[in-house]
Amino acid sequence: MKHIAILQFPGTNCDLDTKYAFEKLNCTTTIIWHKETELPENTDLIVVPGGFSYGDYLRSGAIAKFSPIMKAVIAYAENGGKVLGICNGFQILTELGLLPGALKRNIGLHFISKFQTLKVVNNSNDFLQKCQKDEVLNIPIAHADGNYYIDEEAFNKLEANEQILLRYSDEYGNPIVVNGSVTSIAGVCNKTKNIFGLMPHPERALENILGSEDGIKMLEGLIA
Amino acid sequence: MTAIVNVFLKEGVLDPQGKAIHHALDAMNFESVEDVRMGKQIVLKLTSRNREDAQKEVEKMAEEILANTVIEDYTIELV
Repeated sequence: MKHIAILQFPGTNCDLDTKYAFEKLNCTTTIIWHKETELPENTDLIVVPGGFSYGDYLRSGAIAKFSPIMKAVIAYAENGGKVLGICNGFQILTELGLLPGALKRNIGLHFISKFQTLKVVNNSNDFLQKCQKDEVLNIPIAHADGNYYIDEEAFNKLEANEQILLRYSDEYGNPIVVNGSVTSIAGVCNKTKNIFGLMPHPERALENILGSEDGIKMLEGLIA
Repeated sequence: MTAIVNVFLKEGVLDPQGKAIHHALDAMNFESVEDVRMGKQIVLKLTSRNREDAQKEVEKMAEEILANTVIEDYTIELV
Protein backbone atom coordinates (compact mmCIF):
# COMPACT_ATOMS: atom_id res chain seq x y z
CA MET A 1 0.00 0.00 0.00
CA LYS A 2 1.41 3.38 -1.01
CA HIS A 3 1.79 6.15 1.54
CA ILE A 4 1.08 9.73 0.58
CA ALA A 5 2.39 12.74 2.55
CA ILE A 6 0.09 15.74 2.12
CA LEU A 7 1.50 19.11 3.20
CA GLN A 8 -0.63 21.63 5.07
CA PHE A 9 0.20 25.34 5.36
CA PRO A 10 -1.88 28.04 6.99
CA GLY A 11 -4.42 28.72 4.23
CA THR A 12 -4.25 25.32 2.52
CA ASN A 13 -7.80 24.18 1.75
CA CYS A 14 -7.50 21.13 -0.53
CA ASP A 15 -5.67 18.90 1.96
CA LEU A 16 -8.77 16.93 2.95
CA ASP A 17 -9.96 16.53 -0.68
CA THR A 18 -6.50 15.21 -1.54
CA LYS A 19 -6.56 12.83 1.42
CA TYR A 20 -10.02 11.60 0.36
CA ALA A 21 -8.79 11.11 -3.22
CA PHE A 22 -5.78 8.98 -2.34
CA GLU A 23 -7.69 6.97 0.27
CA LYS A 24 -10.27 6.24 -2.41
CA LEU A 25 -7.36 4.88 -4.45
CA ASN A 26 -6.40 2.59 -1.53
CA CYS A 27 -3.44 4.59 -0.27
CA THR A 28 -2.67 5.59 3.29
CA THR A 29 -2.07 9.27 3.96
CA THR A 30 -0.54 11.62 6.52
CA ILE A 31 -1.31 15.32 6.60
CA ILE A 32 1.88 17.14 7.53
CA TRP A 33 1.76 20.56 9.17
CA HIS A 34 4.31 22.89 7.62
CA LYS A 35 6.19 23.36 10.91
CA GLU A 36 7.22 19.70 10.90
CA THR A 37 10.75 18.99 9.75
CA GLU A 38 10.51 15.33 8.75
CA LEU A 39 8.42 13.26 6.38
CA PRO A 40 7.13 9.78 7.25
CA GLU A 41 9.83 7.25 6.36
CA ASN A 42 7.50 5.22 4.15
CA THR A 43 6.47 8.22 1.98
CA ASP A 44 5.93 7.18 -1.66
CA LEU A 45 4.64 10.54 -2.87
CA ILE A 46 4.45 14.08 -1.48
CA VAL A 47 1.47 16.18 -2.51
CA VAL A 48 1.54 19.95 -2.11
CA PRO A 49 -2.20 20.62 -2.26
CA GLY A 50 -4.21 23.61 -3.36
CA GLY A 51 -5.41 26.57 -1.36
CA PHE A 52 -4.06 29.97 -0.37
CA SER A 53 -0.95 29.37 1.69
CA TYR A 54 -0.24 32.50 3.77
CA GLY A 55 -3.20 34.20 2.11
CA ASP A 56 -1.23 34.47 -1.14
CA TYR A 57 0.62 37.39 0.52
CA LEU A 58 3.58 38.81 -1.40
CA ARG A 59 3.06 36.31 -4.27
CA SER A 60 1.17 33.02 -4.40
CA GLY A 61 3.45 30.39 -2.89
CA ALA A 62 6.27 32.81 -2.06
CA ILE A 63 6.16 32.51 1.71
CA ALA A 64 5.35 28.80 1.94
CA LYS A 65 8.64 27.97 0.27
CA PHE A 66 10.47 28.91 3.48
CA SER A 67 8.35 26.71 5.77
CA PRO A 68 10.39 24.29 7.93
CA ILE A 69 9.07 21.16 6.13
CA MET A 70 10.32 22.39 2.75
CA LYS A 71 13.93 21.39 3.44
CA ALA A 72 12.79 17.78 3.78
CA VAL A 73 10.65 18.14 0.63
CA ILE A 74 13.60 19.46 -1.39
CA ALA A 75 15.87 16.66 -0.13
CA TYR A 76 13.18 14.08 -0.97
CA ALA A 77 12.73 15.49 -4.48
CA GLU A 78 16.46 15.78 -5.15
CA ASN A 79 16.78 12.16 -4.16
CA GLY A 80 14.36 11.23 -6.96
CA GLY A 81 11.21 11.06 -4.81
CA LYS A 82 7.90 11.90 -6.46
CA VAL A 83 6.27 15.25 -5.70
CA LEU A 84 2.95 16.55 -7.04
CA GLY A 85 1.91 20.19 -6.71
CA ILE A 86 -1.71 21.03 -7.41
CA CYS A 87 -2.75 24.66 -7.98
CA ASN A 88 -1.20 26.57 -5.04
CA GLY A 89 1.15 23.57 -4.74
CA PHE A 90 2.27 24.18 -8.35
CA GLN A 91 2.88 27.84 -7.48
CA ILE A 92 4.95 26.82 -4.44
CA LEU A 93 7.06 24.37 -6.49
CA THR A 94 7.84 27.03 -9.12
CA GLU A 95 8.69 29.55 -6.38
CA LEU A 96 11.07 26.95 -4.93
CA GLY A 97 12.69 26.47 -8.32
CA LEU A 98 11.83 22.74 -8.29
CA LEU A 99 9.76 23.39 -11.42
CA PRO A 100 10.63 25.82 -14.23
CA GLY A 101 8.65 29.01 -14.97
CA ALA A 102 6.34 31.11 -12.82
CA LEU A 103 2.59 31.70 -12.40
CA LYS A 104 1.26 35.23 -12.89
CA ARG A 105 -2.16 36.82 -12.43
CA ASN A 106 -4.72 35.49 -14.97
CA ILE A 107 -4.89 37.56 -18.13
CA GLY A 108 -8.50 38.62 -17.44
CA LEU A 109 -7.68 39.23 -13.73
CA HIS A 110 -10.64 37.10 -12.64
CA PHE A 111 -10.60 34.12 -10.35
CA ILE A 112 -11.71 31.31 -12.70
CA SER A 113 -13.62 28.39 -11.17
CA LYS A 114 -15.15 25.89 -13.60
CA PHE A 115 -14.74 22.55 -15.33
CA GLN A 116 -12.10 22.83 -18.03
CA THR A 117 -11.09 20.46 -20.83
CA LEU A 118 -7.37 19.71 -21.04
CA LYS A 119 -5.28 17.95 -23.64
CA VAL A 120 -2.65 15.43 -22.56
CA VAL A 121 0.52 16.67 -24.26
CA ASN A 122 3.00 14.07 -23.02
CA ASN A 123 2.41 10.80 -21.21
CA SER A 124 6.04 9.70 -21.06
CA ASN A 125 6.04 10.25 -17.29
CA ASP A 126 4.65 8.55 -14.16
CA PHE A 127 1.89 11.09 -13.65
CA LEU A 128 0.13 10.76 -17.00
CA GLN A 129 1.19 7.22 -17.90
CA LYS A 130 -2.42 5.99 -17.58
CA CYS A 131 -3.67 8.67 -20.01
CA GLN A 132 -3.38 8.58 -23.78
CA LYS A 133 -1.35 11.17 -25.63
CA ASP A 134 -3.74 13.84 -27.07
CA GLU A 135 -6.56 12.53 -24.86
CA VAL A 136 -8.94 15.25 -23.67
CA LEU A 137 -9.71 15.26 -19.94
CA ASN A 138 -12.35 17.20 -18.04
CA ILE A 139 -10.97 18.57 -14.76
CA PRO A 140 -11.99 21.54 -12.56
CA ILE A 141 -9.81 24.64 -12.35
CA ALA A 142 -10.04 27.25 -9.59
CA HIS A 143 -7.36 29.94 -9.57
CA ALA A 144 -6.51 33.62 -9.99
CA ASP A 145 -2.77 33.16 -10.58
CA GLY A 146 -2.51 30.42 -13.20
CA ASN A 147 -1.00 32.38 -16.06
CA TYR A 148 2.11 30.28 -16.71
CA TYR A 149 5.17 32.22 -17.86
CA ILE A 150 8.47 30.87 -19.09
CA ASP A 151 11.03 32.56 -21.33
CA GLU A 152 11.57 31.31 -24.86
CA GLU A 153 14.85 29.52 -24.27
CA ALA A 154 13.52 27.61 -21.27
CA PHE A 155 10.27 26.89 -23.12
CA ASN A 156 12.17 25.27 -25.99
CA LYS A 157 13.96 22.98 -23.54
CA LEU A 158 10.67 22.16 -21.85
CA GLU A 159 9.11 21.16 -25.15
CA ALA A 160 12.11 19.19 -26.43
CA ASN A 161 12.35 17.22 -23.20
CA GLU A 162 8.61 16.38 -23.14
CA GLN A 163 8.10 18.28 -19.87
CA ILE A 164 4.80 19.88 -20.90
CA LEU A 165 2.10 17.73 -19.34
CA LEU A 166 -1.20 19.41 -20.19
CA ARG A 167 -2.65 22.30 -22.18
CA TYR A 168 -6.00 24.05 -21.76
CA SER A 169 -8.01 23.00 -24.80
CA ASP A 170 -11.46 22.83 -26.30
CA GLU A 171 -13.30 19.51 -26.30
CA TYR A 172 -11.43 18.46 -29.46
CA GLY A 173 -7.98 19.11 -27.97
CA ASN A 174 -7.26 22.44 -29.71
CA PRO A 175 -5.38 24.77 -27.35
CA ILE A 176 -7.45 27.70 -26.06
CA VAL A 177 -6.68 30.80 -24.01
CA VAL A 178 -8.04 30.36 -20.49
CA ASN A 179 -5.72 32.41 -18.29
CA GLY A 180 -3.00 33.68 -20.64
CA SER A 181 -0.48 30.84 -20.08
CA VAL A 182 2.37 30.54 -22.59
CA THR A 183 1.03 28.16 -25.30
CA SER A 184 -1.92 27.36 -22.97
CA ILE A 185 0.25 25.30 -20.61
CA ALA A 186 -1.71 23.90 -17.62
CA GLY A 187 0.95 21.62 -16.13
CA VAL A 188 4.66 20.78 -16.39
CA CYS A 189 7.24 18.47 -14.84
CA ASN A 190 10.94 18.80 -14.08
CA LYS A 191 13.67 17.44 -16.33
CA THR A 192 14.03 14.15 -14.46
CA LYS A 193 10.22 13.73 -14.41
CA ASN A 194 9.72 13.11 -10.72
CA ILE A 195 8.27 16.54 -9.83
CA PHE A 196 4.89 17.48 -11.32
CA GLY A 197 2.81 20.64 -11.14
CA LEU A 198 -0.55 21.59 -12.57
CA MET A 199 -3.20 24.26 -11.99
CA PRO A 200 -6.26 21.97 -12.50
CA HIS A 201 -7.58 19.88 -9.59
CA PRO A 202 -7.60 16.12 -10.36
CA GLU A 203 -8.60 15.44 -6.72
CA ARG A 204 -11.93 17.15 -7.48
CA ALA A 205 -12.71 14.87 -10.44
CA LEU A 206 -13.20 11.42 -8.91
CA GLU A 207 -16.88 10.64 -9.42
CA ASN A 208 -19.11 11.00 -12.45
CA ILE A 209 -22.02 12.10 -10.29
CA LEU A 210 -19.95 15.22 -9.48
CA GLY A 211 -19.11 15.92 -13.11
CA SER A 212 -16.05 13.85 -14.01
CA GLU A 213 -13.88 10.97 -12.89
CA ASP A 214 -10.96 11.83 -15.16
CA GLY A 215 -8.86 12.75 -12.12
CA ILE A 216 -8.60 9.08 -11.14
CA LYS A 217 -6.36 8.04 -14.02
CA MET A 218 -4.08 11.00 -13.39
CA LEU A 219 -3.58 10.25 -9.71
CA GLU A 220 -3.40 6.48 -10.33
CA GLY A 221 -0.32 6.97 -12.49
CA LEU A 222 1.59 8.32 -9.49
CA ILE A 223 0.87 5.30 -7.31
CA ALA A 224 1.17 2.57 -9.95
CA MET B 1 17.87 53.35 7.76
CA THR B 2 14.93 52.60 5.51
CA ALA B 3 15.07 50.54 2.34
CA ILE B 4 12.39 50.97 -0.30
CA VAL B 5 12.13 47.98 -2.61
CA ASN B 6 10.07 48.38 -5.78
CA VAL B 7 9.09 45.18 -7.57
CA PHE B 8 7.75 45.19 -11.13
CA LEU B 9 7.15 42.57 -13.80
CA LYS B 10 10.07 42.48 -16.23
CA GLU B 11 9.89 44.39 -19.49
CA GLY B 12 8.40 42.04 -22.06
CA VAL B 13 6.38 40.08 -19.47
CA LEU B 14 2.74 40.99 -20.00
CA ASP B 15 1.31 42.83 -16.99
CA PRO B 16 -2.45 42.09 -16.88
CA GLN B 17 -3.09 44.44 -13.94
CA GLY B 18 -1.25 47.34 -15.57
CA LYS B 19 -3.24 46.71 -18.71
CA ALA B 20 -6.56 46.77 -16.84
CA ILE B 21 -5.63 50.07 -15.18
CA HIS B 22 -4.68 51.46 -18.60
CA HIS B 23 -8.09 50.44 -20.00
CA ALA B 24 -9.83 52.16 -17.07
CA LEU B 25 -7.81 55.35 -17.59
CA ASP B 26 -8.70 55.27 -21.28
CA ALA B 27 -12.37 54.89 -20.40
CA MET B 28 -12.05 57.93 -18.13
CA ASN B 29 -10.64 59.91 -21.07
CA PHE B 30 -7.12 60.30 -19.69
CA GLU B 31 -5.69 60.25 -23.17
CA SER B 32 -2.08 61.05 -22.29
CA VAL B 33 -1.29 57.59 -20.87
CA GLU B 34 1.01 55.56 -23.10
CA ASP B 35 1.66 52.55 -20.84
CA VAL B 36 0.90 51.42 -17.29
CA ARG B 37 2.98 49.03 -15.20
CA MET B 38 1.64 47.86 -11.88
CA GLY B 39 4.10 46.88 -9.17
CA LYS B 40 4.48 46.76 -5.43
CA GLN B 41 6.52 48.66 -2.92
CA ILE B 42 8.00 47.04 0.19
CA VAL B 43 9.38 49.37 2.86
CA LEU B 44 11.91 47.89 5.27
CA LYS B 45 13.11 49.59 8.44
CA LEU B 46 16.66 48.42 9.03
CA THR B 47 18.99 48.46 12.01
CA SER B 48 22.06 48.67 9.75
CA ARG B 49 24.05 51.89 9.89
CA ASN B 50 26.30 51.12 6.98
CA ARG B 51 24.79 51.76 3.54
CA GLU B 52 26.95 49.18 1.83
CA ASP B 53 25.94 46.41 4.23
CA ALA B 54 22.29 47.42 3.98
CA GLN B 55 22.41 47.38 0.19
CA LYS B 56 23.93 43.88 0.16
CA GLU B 57 21.49 42.57 2.73
CA VAL B 58 18.43 43.94 0.93
CA GLU B 59 19.67 42.65 -2.42
CA LYS B 60 19.82 39.19 -0.88
CA MET B 61 16.27 39.58 0.45
CA ALA B 62 15.04 40.71 -2.96
CA GLU B 63 16.69 37.80 -4.76
CA GLU B 64 15.50 35.21 -2.25
CA ILE B 65 11.95 36.25 -1.49
CA LEU B 66 10.82 39.82 -2.21
CA ALA B 67 10.91 39.34 -5.99
CA ASN B 68 10.51 36.28 -8.19
CA THR B 69 13.34 36.97 -10.62
CA VAL B 70 11.86 34.59 -13.21
CA ILE B 71 9.23 37.26 -13.93
CA GLU B 72 10.11 40.30 -11.84
CA ASP B 73 12.77 43.02 -11.60
CA TYR B 74 13.41 45.11 -8.49
CA THR B 75 15.01 48.37 -7.49
CA ILE B 76 16.39 49.26 -4.05
CA GLU B 77 16.47 52.75 -2.64
CA LEU B 78 18.11 53.48 0.73
CA VAL B 79 16.91 56.55 2.61
